[in-house]
Amino acid sequence: MDKQEEKGLGHEHNTSKVENSDQGPGRRKSFGLYVVTFFIMFGVWVVLSGKFDPFHLSLGVISCAIVAYLSADLLRPTVRGLLILLVRWVPYLLWLMKEIFKANLHVTYLVFHPRMMDLIDPKIVKFRSKLEGDLALVTFADSITLTPGTITVNVSPDGDFKVHAIDKASGEPLPGEMEARIAKAFGESDG
Amino acid sequence: MDIMNIIVCVLLFSGLFFLTGGAVGILRFPDFYSRLHPAGKLDTLGSLLAMTAFALFNLHHFSMGALLTSLKILLIVVFIFLASPTATHGIVDAGVRAGLAPWTKGEKRR
Repeated sequence: MDKQEEKGLGHEHNTSKVENSDQGPGRRKSFGLYVVTFFIMFGVWVVLSGKFDPFHLSLGVISCAIVAYLSADLLRPTVRGLLILLVRWVPYLLWLMKEIFKANLHVTYLVFHPRMMDLIDPKIVKFRSKLEGDLALVTFADSITLTPGTITVNVSPDGDFKVHAIDKASGEPLPGEMEARIAKAFGESDG
Repeated sequence: MDIMNIIVCVLLFSGLFFLTGGAVGILRFPDFYSRLHPAGKLDTLGSLLAMTAFALFNLHHFSMGALLTSLKILLIVVFIFLASPTATHGIVDAGVRAGLAPWTKGEKRR
């Protein structure tokens, strides 16, 4: 049980198959999970309300407690898993921002190029992804769409991707490095 | 505070540059699918840069209220980053379902 937890929560909440084994006797739903959910909710509440008098704060505490009680189940992983996810996600997000910026420059170059019609060569690229979890696939599809030059047209639950690429240079690197990084962020690389 | 102003200006103008690129791209690209490339994504980075500039400029006179407003502006960016690829995918999917073939090299522009 412990070993599975160490492999990361990507496994734990991605596929329903793994999810079931998650509910084994060894894993009780921890009180800490409610606390973490509550504090995330309360942070958002404070930011959005911006009022610090006791009346509004107590309203926030009550409603956050109710929502945390109802929805803590949605955050399947344990508190420790949540932290692991954060640690793995931040580097991926930074890398994604860098890629988005680079790719944006490329598309902007295409847009303003006088001979734009000669440079672009739209193609539908098809490939099969090694990723397994639903969440990992969705993240991959959204990341592809966010990096300019490529739009995800279709994803099947098995990982068949159809991607519209604006020119050769945009479509070539797929699935490549991005997939490997997502697999790492979701703990699937060693699976 | 002059450095702050310069940073804000640079961010704002690069954001505007990408937003302009998005608008020009929609007009120049040859078909439905390729037009979505600038429409869906240059806008995302453009608004990210512009919103960051707003959030920084808002912190010029630091106070609790200003900080909260800046955080809210950054929340807008987060939601754009979630919603924009989803919307783009929805539009592409609608095009594919309607049976529109993508433009390929050598065809006349549509």
